[in-house]
Amino acid sequence: MEESSVQQAHVHAPPERFIRKHIFSLDHKVIGKQYYALALVAVFTGMILSWLMRIHMVWPTAKIPLLEHISSAGAPGGVITPEYYLSLLTMHGTLMVFFVLTNAPFAAFGNFFLPIQIGAEDMAFPRFNMMSFWVTFAAWAVLMLAFFIPDGPPIAGWTSYAPLSAVGKDAGPGMQWGMSLWGLSIALFCIGSLLGALNFISTTLDMRAKGMTLMRMPLCTWAWFITACIALLAFAVLLPACILLILDRHAGTSFYVPGGLVISDRLQAHSGGSPLLWQHLFWFFGHPEVYIAILPSMGIVSHILINSMRKPLLSGKVVIYSMMSIGFLSYMVWGHHMFLSGMNPMSALAFSFPTLTITIPATVLTLIWLGSLYGSRLQINSASLFALGFISMFVAGGVSGFFLAQPSIDIYLHATYFVVGHFHMVMGVASLFGVFAGTYFWFPKMSGRMMNETLGKLHFWITFVGTYCIFMPFHYLGLIGNVRRYQSFVDDFMQPFLGWHKFMTIAALITGAAQFIFLFNLIYSRFKGKVAPENPWNGTSLEWSIPSPPPWNNFGGKHPVVYHDPFQYGVKGSKGDFVMQDSPEQAVPASGD
Amino acid sequence: MSSTIVSVNSQANALPPPKRAAAPAALAYGQERAPSSGIWVGVFAITMSFAAFTSALFVREGTADWGHLTLPSILYFNTLVLLVSSVTLECARQALEAGRLGTQEVSHKASAWVMVTLLLGLGFCAGQFHAWQDLRAEGIYLATNPNSSFFYLLTFLHALHVLVGILVMVYLAGRLMASHTTFRRSLFSNTAIYWHFMTGLWLYLLLLCRMKL
Repeated sequence: MEESSVQQAHVHAPPERFIRKHIFSLDHKVIGKQYYALALVAVFTGMILSWLMRIHMVWPTAKIPLLEHISSAGAPGGVITPEYYLSLLTMHGTLMVFFVLTNAPFAAFGNFFLPIQIGAEDMAFPRFNMMSFWVTFAAWAVLMLAFFIPDGPPIAGWTSYAPLSAVGKDAGPGMQWGMSLWGLSIALFCIGSLLGALNFISTTLDMRAKGMTLMRMPLCTWAWFITACIALLAFAVLLPACILLILDRHAGTSFYVPGGLVISDRLQAHSGGSPLLWQHLFWFFGHPEVYIAILPSMGIVSHILINSMRKPLLSGKVVIYSMMSIGFLSYMVWGHHMFLSGMNPMSALAFSFPTLTITIPATVLTLIWLGSLYGSRLQINSASLFALGFISMFVAGGVSGFFLAQPSIDIYLHATYFVVGHFHMVMGVASLFGVFAGTYFWFPKMSGRMMNETLGKLHFWITFVGTYCIFMPFHYLGLIGNVRRYQSFVDDFMQPFLGWHKFMTIAALITGAAQFIFLFNLIYSRFKGKVAPENPWNGTSLEWSIPSPPPWNNFGGKHPVVYHDPFQYGVKGSKGDFVMQDSPEQAVPASGD
Repeated sequence: MSSTIVSVNSQANALPPPKRAAAPAALAYGQERAPSSGIWVGVFAITMSFAAFTSALFVREGTADWGHLTLPSILYFNTLVLLVSSVTLECARQALEAGRLGTQEVSHKASAWVMVTLLLGLGFCAGQFHAWQDLRAEGIYLATNPNSSFFYLLTFLHALHVLVGILVMVYLAGRLMASHTTFRRSLFSNTAIYWHFMTGLWLYLLLLCRMKL
């Protein structure tokens, strides 16, 4: 297409054909929704996998219908084998960490709202943006393929430690083609994420509207920007790690595999490699990855709370600086996953200090949220409930991190359910609560319809109580020595606690079932929900200044001009107790303040 | 004075002229600047990847089977070729800036220099392939020893990124030849940043391979 003045006036031309409009779309809003849909499919798949795992742990002889047809080797007669349990565990972790927690809070909401919130028409590189989604989709498809190959998915865990992940089929079922598919999938995912991160960073730096200084950006925009910076460096290290793994597996190199290894009675034809190398490279990515999972939710929660409280947080700047510190420090702590790897205790100390330090900005953020909430008139709706739930879960899950940060305690707690409880509460619950909060808050803008409030509140209460019921016992079990990634517990000391596992399983089944309330609400409201106004929550940021749903070019060809930060709440504005960012009127403090 | 955009296609469509008629051209807001930060972000990410490979090399170096690899001598000639290609790309930039942007003569001259650059780039890649052939003739393959593994890995990945740069330059040369009126200056400067980065990265990798392998 020639570069006419139309082309130059817009980042891309208005879409016309169905394929361009809905499938290979250049529109950041469509791409955001595509990421959300992918995350939705992945989260329900991952949830069902966790049900299968929990059922196997508690009722090991249970016959699961249909499972035999998916894997006759892994579940003969519908009964899950011990090896298949490990496959389910691996796929659960991989799907959830990569395809849910990196996609939903960051890629989905970020893609949809970052350009709008800074006043841009689209991302800086729409074609790269489209590629980033479809590469991620390809990564998901490659991963899912592992379920359907004869040998099944890999059993190495989402962390895929070498040497077992590098030696091929001697390491167990699923470790030949399943493991290779995993490696390819994650390598593709890295490329998709790198393209996405590139877009977020360039767009934020270069495409802001007039008057939109960095400090006037909403807090969730800041969170997405900082997350993108972290993601750029993190995935740029995971990709080499995966490349080296693929070479060890298929090209006969020995980056990760040492000599003299006998696995399944066979001497492995490698020598000189370092299993620790994989751990270093993986966790150099892996730790920033968990902050990639949580930071956007922190931003979304801040954004929603300000709106629901009708007043700004105690200090927006401190929130931004805290998020930046978390991002910066996240690169210094990776060794705390390796305290038991045999490393020098001085190195352990060197990693322990920044791990404890990173709790400081996290605590500052929590105190700002709590301090701002104190004395505020919080409007309760599904979104603000999930935002409050996020704070609760983040604290409950985060405090166990203080313990794990200390090598002396971690020697005991490493690879126990204590760790599993910790990361499920902060990632699996808190981060996901941020996604739920964002969904209830932004659904009207994205679809033009309101979600059902009653169903939303029901979803919240069951999920809030249910996830506490599931994951709090994990900590106690970890303290008594319950090891993770075991498919059954035969030790004498574990027998009195099998009842706890049953309780957690039932809680998981009920809480999981409640998520279908959310799914129903999402789909029903999309078609039958009440039509949403432009600004249902009386918000100040730019997304509330455009129609619901927004037109293809966001601002209708106009270039918004920004006069305020997004915290003008509790003031006397012409429309109510707020002044929008693009409104030239001066904010007058409400009387009585 | 150099303007980044020239746009004269007023009769191509029926849309009303954009309201900000005072601006030199109706660009999406910020888009004049967008491509610049993007290339630096990309350069940063690629640097980080090669830093990861460097760390892997340092870790792997500590084991007993680390030997020594004599680098094929053609590598030094390839280095010269790549350095010259960076110079010729700068000649292209000079050609663009010397004349007034918007004349066909200027953009054709620049395009010629870009084509010389990409041919030199292809020569570099061919030379790298020749280096691999030299090693194979000595019986040194990817998995022969850890030194050779890193050598093949680093040089192959670098050559792959150079090929991407070459493809972009084909497009760039094409745009310079085709339509001097709508050529985006940022396309040239981004390509140049990327290409010089490839040269710099190669110098670093050569040094690394010489000192460590």
